[in-house]
Amino acid sequence: MRSIIYLLIGISFGIVMFKSEAASWFRIYEMFQFQSFHMYGIIGSALILGIIGVQVIKRKKLKSIDGEPIVFNDKDVSFSRYAYGGLAFGLGWALAGACPGPIFTLIGAGYLPILVVFVGALIGTYIYGLLRDKLPH
Amino acid sequence: MEWIFEPWPWYVAGPLIALIMFILIFVGRDFGMSSNLRTMCSMCGAGKNIEFFKFDWKSQRWNLMVVLGAIIGGFIGANVLTEDPSVAINPDTIAILEGLGFDSAGEAYLPTELYSWEAIGGIKALVILLIGGILIGFGARYGGGCTSGHAISGLSNLQLPSLIAVIGFFVGGLIMIHLLFPLIF
Repeated sequence: MRSIIYLLIGISFGIVMFKSEAASWFRIYEMFQFQSFHMYGIIGSALILGIIGVQVIKRKKLKSIDGEPIVFNDKDVSFSRYAYGGLAFGLGWALAGACPGPIFTLIGAGYLPILVVFVGALIGTYIYGLLRDKLPH
Repeated sequence: MEWIFEPWPWYVAGPLIALIMFILIFVGRDFGMSSNLRTMCSMCGAGKNIEFFKFDWKSQRWNLMVVLGAIIGGFIGANVLTEDPSVAINPDTIAILEGLGFDSAGEAYLPTELYSWEAIGGIKALVILLIGGILIGFGARYGGGCTSGHAISGLSNLQLPSLIAVIGFFVGGLIMIHLLFPLIF
């Protein structure tokens, strides 16, 4: 039953990514050229509602559907891993024009050359696992 | 209902993404797509030699269901809910892209100069997509998240690390498009 909920969440997410054109290479390029508000509007409006919602959940101490307290885990404090990792991710995001969510969406949409990006992303993840102890975190 | 076949505006898409994140929060999960790449490496046996991939990947099955859904959603979005997939980007952007050799700008969902079998057959596009993917996978894990995990969930929870990562995403993207694209294309 719970699996169906996750599947429906994923389906909604995939449709939104495709229909909003957030999965389009062209929209990512246009965003980094600052020539459209579209992508900033998507991320910005999701973020503003996200900030408000998280505050409401915390202040009202809302519970999950299982009756458990909702816990927000703080991210580990560091600078280098977020700066270097973020930089590498940004280079790839702009080059391939897709981030991990849209990679899956585009597979379903039938743009099969995206599978090259997908395989690359798996290799990149593997390389991180391989080098993790040698990288500054 | 005609609007549903048109591209969805940001003020529809953004709130829906926030809604998706909150549904996940209320079923006790975190919104994040790139962690699935780690799960998939573990499923393929990467945990045999590398500590980072030694974890109970089955605990992440729920997120793999989200991935499966995202694939199905892409299929529905492209084949059921879209009549014309071309993306109407800014005419100024189209002009810049045409100058770089992207003649499909304004006429397609993805540039055919990169995302077509014909392009992949020429080694250049294949290498570009592979390197792009490697940077995405490496950067997302090194930085501890991607657009969904940092820019949406992390920043919603006012996490300073997520702000550093998101600034990194943008600096990386700007370097790629403004400094490296003229050298690559």
